[in-house]
Amino acid sequence: MSQQDNVRVTRDEAAQASTPARPGSTAPDGGSGRQDVELPALGLVGTLRFAWTQLTSMRTALMLLLMLAVAAVPGSLFPQRPAGPEIVNQYLEDNPVLGEWLDRFQLFDVYSSVWFSAIYLLLFVSLIGCVFPRAVKHAKVLRSAPPRTPRRLSRLPEYGRVVLEPTGPAPAQAVEQAAQVLRKRGYRIEVRQEPDGGASVGAERGYVREIGNIAFHLSLIGVLAFMAVGGLLSYSGQKILVEGEEGFANTLVSYDAFTPGGAFSEDSLVPFSMSLKSFEKVFDRESETHYGQPLDFTAVMEVQDGTTGEPEERILKVNHPLAFGDTRVYLVGNGYAPEVTVRDGNGDIAFQGPVVGQVQDEVYTSLLTIKVPDAQPDQLGFVGFFLPTAYTGEDGVAISIDPDLYKPELNLNAYYGDLGLDEGKPQNVYVLDTENLTELNSRNLDSGGITLSVGESYELPQGKGSISFDGVKPYVGLDILYDPGKWGVGVFAVLALIALAVSLFVRRRRVWVRGTTGPDGSTMVEYGLLARGEDFGLRQENLALRRKFEQLWPVTAPQEPGPSSSSTTSSGTTSDTSFTTASAPAGSPGATPDGPAGPVQNRPE
Amino acid sequence: MPSINLQLASYSDLFMLIAALIYAVAFILFALDLATSSKTIRALETELARERERQQDTADTADAAESVARREHLVGAGVGGSARTTGPRAVPGAHTNGTGAGGGELVDEDMDYLGTTARPVANVAVALMVIAAALHAFAVIARAVAASRVPWGNMYEFCTTGAMLVAVVYLLFLIRKDLRFLGTFVTGLVVIMMAAATIGFPTPIAHLQPALQSPWIVIHVSIAVLASALFTLTFSMSVLQLLQHRREARIRTGGPARPAFLQLVPSALSLENWSYRINAVGFVMWTFTLIAGAIWAEASWGRYWGWDTKEVWTFVIWVIYAGYLHARATRGWTGERAAWLSIIGYACIVFNFTIVNTYFPGLHSYAGLPS
Repeated sequence: MSQQDNVRVTRDEAAQASTPARPGSTAPDGGSGRQDVELPALGLVGTLRFAWTQLTSMRTALMLLLMLAVAAVPGSLFPQRPAGPEIVNQYLEDNPVLGEWLDRFQLFDVYSSVWFSAIYLLLFVSLIGCVFPRAVKHAKVLRSAPPRTPRRLSRLPEYGRVVLEPTGPAPAQAVEQAAQVLRKRGYRIEVRQEPDGGASVGAERGYVREIGNIAFHLSLIGVLAFMAVGGLLSYSGQKILVEGEEGFANTLVSYDAFTPGGAFSEDSLVPFSMSLKSFEKVFDRESETHYGQPLDFTAVMEVQDGTTGEPEERILKVNHPLAFGDTRVYLVGNGYAPEVTVRDGNGDIAFQGPVVGQVQDEVYTSLLTIKVPDAQPDQLGFVGFFLPTAYTGEDGVAISIDPDLYKPELNLNAYYGDLGLDEGKPQNVYVLDTENLTELNSRNLDSGGITLSVGESYELPQGKGSISFDGVKPYVGLDILYDPGKWGVGVFAVLALIALAVSLFVRRRRVWVRGTTGPDGSTMVEYGLLARGEDFGLRQENLALRRKFEQLWPVTAPQEPGPSSSSTTSSGTTSDTSFTTASAPAGSPGATPDGPAGPVQNRPE
Repeated sequence: MPSINLQLASYSDLFMLIAALIYAVAFILFALDLATSSKTIRALETELARERERQQDTADTADAAESVARREHLVGAGVGGSARTTGPRAVPGAHTNGTGAGGGELVDEDMDYLGTTARPVANVAVALMVIAAALHAFAVIARAVAASRVPWGNMYEFCTTGAMLVAVVYLLFLIRKDLRFLGTFVTGLVVIMMAAATIGFPTPIAHLQPALQSPWIVIHVSIAVLASALFTLTFSMSVLQLLQHRREARIRTGGPARPAFLQLVPSALSLENWSYRINAVGFVMWTFTLIAGAIWAEASWGRYWGWDTKEVWTFVIWVIYAGYLHARATRGWTGERAAWLSIIGYACIVFNFTIVNTYFPGLHSYAGLPS
């Protein structure tokens, strides 16, 4: 994927070959720099190789990256099935024509769609095709010595020269000492004898930069692989538990809803059971602006880990899930479950117990649906609202004004007839299909709606039965989740982060130092630096090396210590004058070691 | 849960407004500094010309080459980067430190302070900005103390903390680097952020809702704000880079060297390199934000990634900046195109913060705005 450093190196070399006037990295017309790919005389193999080269090129990787960014966007614009199929169905109902077309292009399943998958899979193939050859190459580099010293060090982006006093060491000795300095600075070194009697050292550091780069990209593959593992083996389920009511045991039948991964096996359901002992809500009662905002939810659960063992109490809170092996239980919702008793036309109890209300807003206005299929002679159904703190406005409509149970009230419409449950068709428990039902009570009828406070009862018209409001219990909505892939994803994600930092912030550079005997018999030490990849600190390194050398050896004072301590060679020719700077006083701000600057990418600080 | 200190909270609100006003004044002064730049530059150039003549008098053969170089270099600085037309070898001219000969240049490619240009107006603006940032910091900390929690619970708090970090990071850069040319843009953005927070999403102080009560809010949100602050800086640099780029192109073809204020701005290449360096840090932080967010999501919602709208956009931003880093290594994509990617990335951050927070339904709906 990132051929970053390779591209850089090519650039370096291009610039090093003293190509005249490269107008900087920024192509002035913004669009030049097209790769001149000549179409090979294609056989099948040739075509494949060509396609592979194209796919693994940096340009393709960049295009795929940008496409991936664009392709991810629709998933935030349209409702997604994995997040909530019912919202998608609603959308399809509201927009029949548009919805159908959107669905055809998988815009409700963006992240599992063919086109989204195609993009990221191509991206990862491109990544592998780029990273593996680089890894092989770098493995070779790691085992080999730093490269040979170029003939003309002055052509390197950073260059310096010091002339030693006659008391200083001989060239070979100086180079050996310079090599030790470099070694201490973390360079890998190799000293070589030169044919003319001098010596030079080749040094390189920052190999870990490329390792980081490769590790980062491989880690991304690891993240993707473990996400896939998770997608296969994971499962997620939902369960609502009402305080003091029947609990939950981790078997398939216990779940209200269950979504298994592609290769889910029932064996991965670890045995445990739990029930809700009590549930506490705390609302803000101090603030004027945020009165009634929830501050804390605490569920006291009675749990049994495994099939044997004593049940124990455990606290479940938001952000603090319960763990049973790798399975975790999360508190994701809560609400009220009013307890009602429904008697049918014969006077028998046809339904008794808590009914889970769907919370609609922050004051816990809860939608209620009660289906009583056992009622005789007619089946009964109720739809309406539960209001924790009811307040009836001037328009006669009751609303809830507080999330706490200050004045709990039921507001229901009643129906009788056929609930449609007998045909065995699955139904949404929260939706009452009124097609085959007749309205008994509603605001629009003379009989009016049913309004009940706790302890009250209501006789249905036409002797259809009665309903009584017995009390209110809290419930919690739980997510039970198992994803064995998440640890792998986490490990590789952290690895990717570390590797990314290494690949961006470690500087990879080469230094060569050559010792020769100058015309006047004194030792002359030249050195040059080359960055590999982005390196803005090359000049600092040059200065640091110069300071080291000046401490190490008796360096001749500059011959012409003029006011212009640093000069510029704009033409690229290293004239003699420019060498005066090479021995500028150490540490002075003007002691800029000179030498023609190299490729723009390696522009130092 | 300790009670909220409403007295302190009202001080926080007040100081936030005062800080915003001082930022606004600093913004005006920074703008004034740029607007009057042509006069400053003319004065400076006359002096430089005199300097050059004096040098010419004493020029010997050795100096000749140098003064040619220097002149070329001055032209380069004066008209912003025409040096680049002579090829990369001319660029190091910018590194010469003009202290020796008393010569000078308007801007340094490494954005070091040169001490050649007196810019009193800009200096006053910087001083004002320091004061504003101090008051701002007090306001943010007071808010945190008043509520006994980190001040990142809703958009108002996120925005004010973000603005503070932008200002502080910028001021920290100013210690080492002469980024005064960025002042107008940075204070402008800070003022916009403060206005957005205090006018757009004012939120009275309150406790955190249960979903946000986690140590991860400190880890996840702090780095997110810091990364956004860095991206804000690079956004301004990328915009300037594009402007400078156009200007340099105009100069190359013999067109007018306008707008004049860009003479106080380093070359497009220098801007590009610096915004790359800052973007690299920002990208690592953004990656961290993403991972920390995933870990928090796992602890809170049971899944580390669920393509929630906010997650989608965080991912999109991550991919765009990843593209930016790759573009830097792709022929034909450096320079202007990379700058555009940086700008698009920042636009997505703004979108993610404003539109996604307020209009898109999702699990990250902590905007705290009254419905």
